Amino acid sequence: MRNLDTAQPPTYGLWKQGLWAENPALVKLLGLCPLLAVSNNAANGLGLGLATLLTLVIANTTVSACRTLLSNAIRIPAYMLIIASTVTLIDMLMKGWLPELHASLGIFLPLIVTNCLIIGRSEAFASRHGVLDSLHDALAMGIGFLWVVLVLGGVRELVGQGTLFDEAPLLLGDMAANWPVQLFDSDHGLLIALLPPGAFFTLGLLLACKNWIDIQLNRSSLNSYPPLIESEPPVK
Amino acid sequence: MNNTATNGMKLGVFTLIALLLLITTNALTREHVSRIQQALLLKSLSVLLPAGPYDASPLTSKRLITATALGPTNGIPLYTVYRNKRPLGAVLSITAPDGYNGDINLLLGVDYQGSIIGVRVTAHTETPGLGDDLELKRSNWITLFNGQSLNTTTSNDWQVKKQGGQFDGFTGATVTPNAVITAVYRALQWYEENRSVVFP
Repeated sequence: MRNLDTAQPPTYGLWKQGLWAENPALVKLLGLCPLLAVSNNAANGLGLGLATLLTLVIANTTVSACRTLLSNAIRIPAYMLIIASTVTLIDMLMKGWLPELHASLGIFLPLIVTNCLIIGRSEAFASRHGVLDSLHDALAMGIGFLWVVLVLGGVRELVGQGTLFDEAPLLLGDMAANWPVQLFDSDHGLLIALLPPGAFFTLGLLLACKNWIDIQLNRSSLNSYPPLIESEPPVK
Repeated sequence: MNNTATNGMKLGVFTLIALLLLITTNALTREHVSRIQQALLLKSLSVLLPAGPYDASPLTSKRLITATALGPTNGIPLYTVYRNKRPLGAVLSITAPDGYNGDINLLLGVDYQGSIIGVRVTAHTETPGLGDDLELKRSNWITLFNGQSLNTTTSNDWQVKKQGGQFDGFTGATVTPNAVITAVYRALQWYEENRSVVFP
């Protein structure tokens, strides 16, 4: 892995940051609006996560490729242009090829434009690093977001109605025909998990789990308390 | 000054590239997208109309009407089908404004005589787990409307059983089914009085 890059940070670090240490959803709490709103079942979570990942990959590599052209004064409008065009492209393609998923994600698909995760990575990473590193960063951060929204959707669906990927065949078509799993009868589900408050509760529990795991890891390796989160400078 | 001009130029070129990209994609996908959407619409209409063959596809019969009995907006889509120039049936779009959590949008299919062929919910924001038994994939409640007409019912029948009507409610929800029942009843009455508008 390390030999891909020379002077710049090794990609192992990028992956670790994206998936865990600097996870956009669990640590930086970026993009919570779509994260909480669309995570009411696993299939929606997967759809939104993939769309966000794709946007992030295209936007990050494009910004990185153009970074020498973009002077300070015009960089933010240029990022917005790149991100908005990418999202519009994905929106058009999804409308044609995944119409059910497109309808189900509704307004949250175009709203990926405003997901701070994407412009955040453009500004904090892609504008200062090479294309290959930016691609790695986008993949790591995007998959970091994807797994959280997927777990959140899965937990809420499971607790709320006892199923997993129940809507997948409807949203993703025939390829997902065998995905749905019924673990218990939906009448015994805990309704609140499906409602908006359930999104906050579940995310809170996920955050607690993540922090608890970090504390255990730190205890065992260092026997001391280094700061849990080494943040990058805040992104506006 | 020179710097500003360069920046402006750069941003302009960027915008132009983005614009070209989007225009091209739109042009390439537009036909496919509209075909997909028409196919989805046709699929949802076909279960709400009398069996074919028709003189023309229901999609081509789309008209926009305004009727407060059906919904508050202007331009409510209406689909009609004919066979040998005789009217067969219609699909009305209805909005039930008094759902538990906002509007419930419905499609109502009726034959020419005024018997319901089917009702489907197209969009709603009712409580998941309680109000969403409206959806056919969760419960077959919505099929209770099949075959009903004004001729075989009285106005009292058009509420949930709990309140003396003939429709089952569903567990824990009265407002949601009642909103749908009332909206369907209102639409049937409108249809009865406005046949000449529906089938000019």
